[in-house]
Amino acid sequence: MLRLIGARLLTTIPSIIGVIIVTFLLTRVLPGDTAAYFAGPTASPKAIAEIRSKLGLDQPLPQQFASYVAALVKGDLGQSLTTGQPVTRDIAARLPASAELTLCGLLLAMSVALPLGVLAAVRQGSWIDHLCRIIATAGVSLPVFFTGLLLVFVFYFILGWSPAPLGRLDVFLSEPPRVTGFLLIDTLLAGDFPAFRAAIAQLILPAVTLGIFSLAPITRMTRASMLAVLGADFVRTARASGLSSGKVIGVYAFRNAMLPVVTTLGMVFSFLLGANVLVEKVFAWPGIGSYAVEALIASDYAPIQGFVLTMAVMYVMLNLLIDLLYGFIDPRVRLEG
Amino acid sequence: MSESSGVQPALRVRQQAPSSPGLWTHGVHIIAENPVTGLAFGLFTLIVFAALFGPMIAPFDPLASNTAEALKGPTRVHWFGTDQLGRDIFSRVLVATRLDFTIAIASVALVFFLGGLAGVTAGYFGGWVDKLVGRIADTIMAFPLFVLAMGIVAALGNSVTNIIIATAIINFPLYARVARAEANVRREAGFVQAARLAGNSEWRLLLTQIVPNIMPIMAVQMSLTMGYAILNAAGLSFIGLGVRPPTPEWGIMVAEGASFIVSGEWWIAFFPGLALMIAVFCFNLLGDGVRDLIDPQRRT
Amino acid sequence: MIPSPLLAIRNLTVEFATRRGTVTAVKAIDIDVGKGETVAIVGESGSGKSVTSYALMRILDRAGRIASGSMIFSGLELARMPETEMRNLRGRELSMIFQNPRAALNPIRKIGHQIEDVLRQHALVGATQAQQKAIEALANVRIARPEERYHAYPFELSGGMCQRVVIALALACRPQLLIADEPTTGLDVTTQKAVMDLVSELTRERAMSSILITHDLGLAAAYADRVVVMEKGDVVETADANTIFRTPLHAYTRKLMRATPRPGCQLRDLLPEETISPVPSPVANQPSKQQHAPILRVENLIKEYPKAKSAGGLLSLLGGKSEEPFRAVNAISFCVGRGESVGLVGESGCGKSTTSLMVTRLIDATSGRIEFDGTDLTQIPARQFAASPFRARIQMVFQDPTDSLNPRFTAARAIADPLLRFPRLKPGESIRQRCEKLAGQVGLPLDLLDRFPHQLSGGQKARVGIARAIALEPDLIILDEPTAALDVSVQAIVLNLLQDLKQKLGMSYLFVSHDLHVVGLMCDRLIVMRGGEIVEQGNSADILANPRHEYTQALIAAIPAPPASR
Repeated sequence: MLRLIGARLLTTIPSIIGVIIVTFLLTRVLPGDTAAYFAGPTASPKAIAEIRSKLGLDQPLPQQFASYVAALVKGDLGQSLTTGQPVTRDIAARLPASAELTLCGLLLAMSVALPLGVLAAVRQGSWIDHLCRIIATAGVSLPVFFTGLLLVFVFYFILGWSPAPLGRLDVFLSEPPRVTGFLLIDTLLAGDFPAFRAAIAQLILPAVTLGIFSLAPITRMTRASMLAVLGADFVRTARASGLSSGKVIGVYAFRNAMLPVVTTLGMVFSFLLGANVLVEKVFAWPGIGSYAVEALIASDYAPIQGFVLTMAVMYVMLNLLIDLLYGFIDPRVRLEG
Repeated sequence: MSESSGVQPALRVRQQAPSSPGLWTHGVHIIAENPVTGLAFGLFTLIVFAALFGPMIAPFDPLASNTAEALKGPTRVHWFGTDQLGRDIFSRVLVATRLDFTIAIASVALVFFLGGLAGVTAGYFGGWVDKLVGRIADTIMAFPLFVLAMGIVAALGNSVTNIIIATAIINFPLYARVARAEANVRREAGFVQAARLAGNSEWRLLLTQIVPNIMPIMAVQMSLTMGYAILNAAGLSFIGLGVRPPTPEWGIMVAEGASFIVSGEWWIAFFPGLALMIAVFCFNLLGDGVRDLIDPQRRT
Repeated sequence: MIPSPLLAIRNLTVEFATRRGTVTAVKAIDIDVGKGETVAIVGESGSGKSVTSYALMRILDRAGRIASGSMIFSGLELARMPETEMRNLRGRELSMIFQNPRAALNPIRKIGHQIEDVLRQHALVGATQAQQKAIEALANVRIARPEERYHAYPFELSGGMCQRVVIALALACRPQLLIADEPTTGLDVTTQKAVMDLVSELTRERAMSSILITHDLGLAAAYADRVVVMEKGDVVETADANTIFRTPLHAYTRKLMRATPRPGCQLRDLLPEETISPVPSPVANQPSKQQHAPILRVENLIKEYPKAKSAGGLLSLLGGKSEEPFRAVNAISFCVGRGESVGLVGESGCGKSTTSLMVTRLIDATSGRIEFDGTDLTQIPARQFAASPFRARIQMVFQDPTDSLNPRFTAARAIADPLLRFPRLKPGESIRQRCEKLAGQVGLPLDLLDRFPHQLSGGQKARVGIARAIALEPDLIILDEPTAALDVSVQAIVLNLLQDLKQKLGMSYLFVSHDLHVVGLMCDRLIVMRGGEIVEQGNSADILANPRHEYTQALIAAIPAPPASR
């Protein structure tokens, strides 16, 4: 197992290098003047020239790349013009909000999608199967920002069940002392139950929005791979040996069917991290997505670059986790990898 | 020989080609069996019609503001209501069809060509081409795709062309991988080996044996990614990238209406969002339909 | 009559719901299995033999159902038994083993646990003895070091070993009836014999009854007490194993018997009686005595492949170990004379396919000479060979007729393909006319020329492949298991066609096969390969009669053959 982890860690190195090169290129090979981008729209020519030399943009590309990497190693992603803070600090402060939202959305989606997909495959052709197919097709057709707005309209404006879609916590409540950055956990650690309830109330709609969004691909994949596995020879053997259907479905079919689903999770994360940006904008969620959107509007380039890099590195790490999970389930990978 | 003994080829009249179920009959069969696919084909026709003739048949100028009529709900005159500037939402939704449709078609066509070419070459010839294409695809895949598209548009500049390019780039790995896998599997297939024995050169093999057999799978891929391309473009304009106001475009119209949702003026965001949803839904159904038509084994 | 049948199937009809309506796969059949008896159900593809066994186990898939009939198994009616009761019988009273054993085992569960699952399901063991019982079950199927194997996953075992595990699984609860559905398909002949001997030994030891489902008459003859012949869902004949091979009554049984290659028969004997061509076959089966001038001479041919890199390519790079390349073909030499047929025989992985690919110049050799008509072809790289005039003179017929035809080309286009590159038309002849002539030569009805592969039967596709191979009138054709994917009756026709064409066109054949009987029928000389090396070569008749190398002896002994009838 250790060998596997080592091997997988090594395979992420080219990905990380690729990510760094691409983000570097995105900043330097702009059609316009990079310094002007970094300086912002209101900067004077003198300020732009200053920034140019400060950023080292007057030097040859390889040298620029070297200093870019050197800055990265020190955790320096530049300064945000809008907040006036180092981008690294901004992102670190906002990351937990995004992570909490994304994870809750994913958990919601999985807890519905897995049973639904399995049931649809086991009862192929039944109403639950049809429901599953409708969800799978309709779910991928929903623009995630549109779903969010519809939910806000129904649950906030018409029904009045949920609070205004403005951030993670009601403005009148004070945030708990920061331990994990996850409000749901921090409020519980602080024993502040009203704040916990308020945090949940704020979280539900955006998390459901993300959940609906990622429900479709997971359901679809679960159903498809479950169907494939149920038709496999070894399931026939298990049935011919008289194993109970619970054992056949739960132990023989389900675990094998999870292998392609785990692989799909990588793709789902890719969608989810993107959708996160849109959902954060709809719900004014103070995560890194809305941070990037604000920077976009202000043509403040350093935060965008930092955001893209952070997202990519996180995504590479998530893929690494998925690989390890796969190896954990599948002995063929574990023992031969 | 058993069957041919006594057969005189010269006397034999060439019979007509056997009545095999052609693509058309098969298509009719699929629509009959699955009315949803029929519905999707109908919707698709409607969307194409709106894209072609939208600006001509729109009842109002999509850009003309009329403050007296601002923020009115759906009425008999303004079917979808008016926005904060009094512009007719129905006309704007209708006119926007062309732009959204063009973005989707253009980006898919671009990636079909580039990704398909790169993938087929990589899969068939292997070697350094394969490594290079694989490395490029892996690097793109290392990003969450929408985030990469954001970065590309932000870097290249805010324009429709750049949205098309960004959407094509993030779909590149998908196309390249499918084309690569299919070409690679077929490289050693019996019929390709046989054609090699017949004296065909490698390039000729690629064009006559491999590519025609990959086309259907790539066509399925195209119709399946159309919906995703539209969603992606609309998402980008929703956060203010690419298309700029006051250009009518579904994503940007939803973004404009978003702030009115909390005060109850739902129609500003709802109708463009609905149009977007229906278009994507239609493309996805169509994609499934095309797959059933061409590649029945891959049904899920 | 059987004194006390353990199983009595009466009037069993099985239907499948398909898109085109209901298809009856099994039509009102009767089968009896006595206590301790082995019954073989024999038939070609589509005969309904496997469906019968699935119906018996009640594991038909969703589309299939038992429409009528009864299946009485030791006094119990299986056809209408509730699923929960049926489940208690499966694995405990009746079990089944399958073809493709590796796929029949759960790939991500230890084999020991898979056996325990069955033992526990039928409440034969508590949690504590389960492991010990499972190890015993593995030991019973002669698996060495069962304590270690208990922890193995299927991918760590060979195909034959997997089949032993499947047998252990099936016999763990000591059932009364074992159904073996093509248990040896996909296994090498020597493994096949070991597996079948094990099954028959174990069933005898435990006085079990068994049903052997197979397409291979030889296998049925060697292991069954009684044989049931099925054709298109009907039982056409049931008889004692000895009787049926000596005096088959039904026409279909006779056809099947005739078509099965067996020692001492001639190629023409395989064809159905009524269709044998009146012209007596020419010198076909007498190995010609005169020395053939060689058309192909292979010397010290070697093919090495780099060892497959493991996933941790970077790790091994860091470790700095350079791995030995794998030698698929190790310095072999042989020759093929003009007008001669040479058989290349061996089990999977022996290097015969690699050799044939090198001789056809589809891949390059690592070293050695391939001398064709006096020229060393290894001097021309495989990539450039397509442009060489030698290309037209060496052709190949492929193993899988379906895979070897482009699904988007009609039969005529497929046959014309070589002609388009090397036009060898007679004056005034169009490509179409040439195609029609070739189709006539291989017995392909002309109206099929405009069909696509999916509209042709397996035998017809094989004919298209042969027509394409002879289109350029080559000197040498490599036949790569040309009949492996075909039913025996079709195989008989195709083999005869190939033989006739060789006589007519004066070609040489290199016939690659795993089936010694078939090669014996077709070839003047034999080459036996194992592990990339030639272990024996010589005159076919001599080798089959007196094999000298022990591997050849084992190979010949392992092939089950029906008794040489009439």
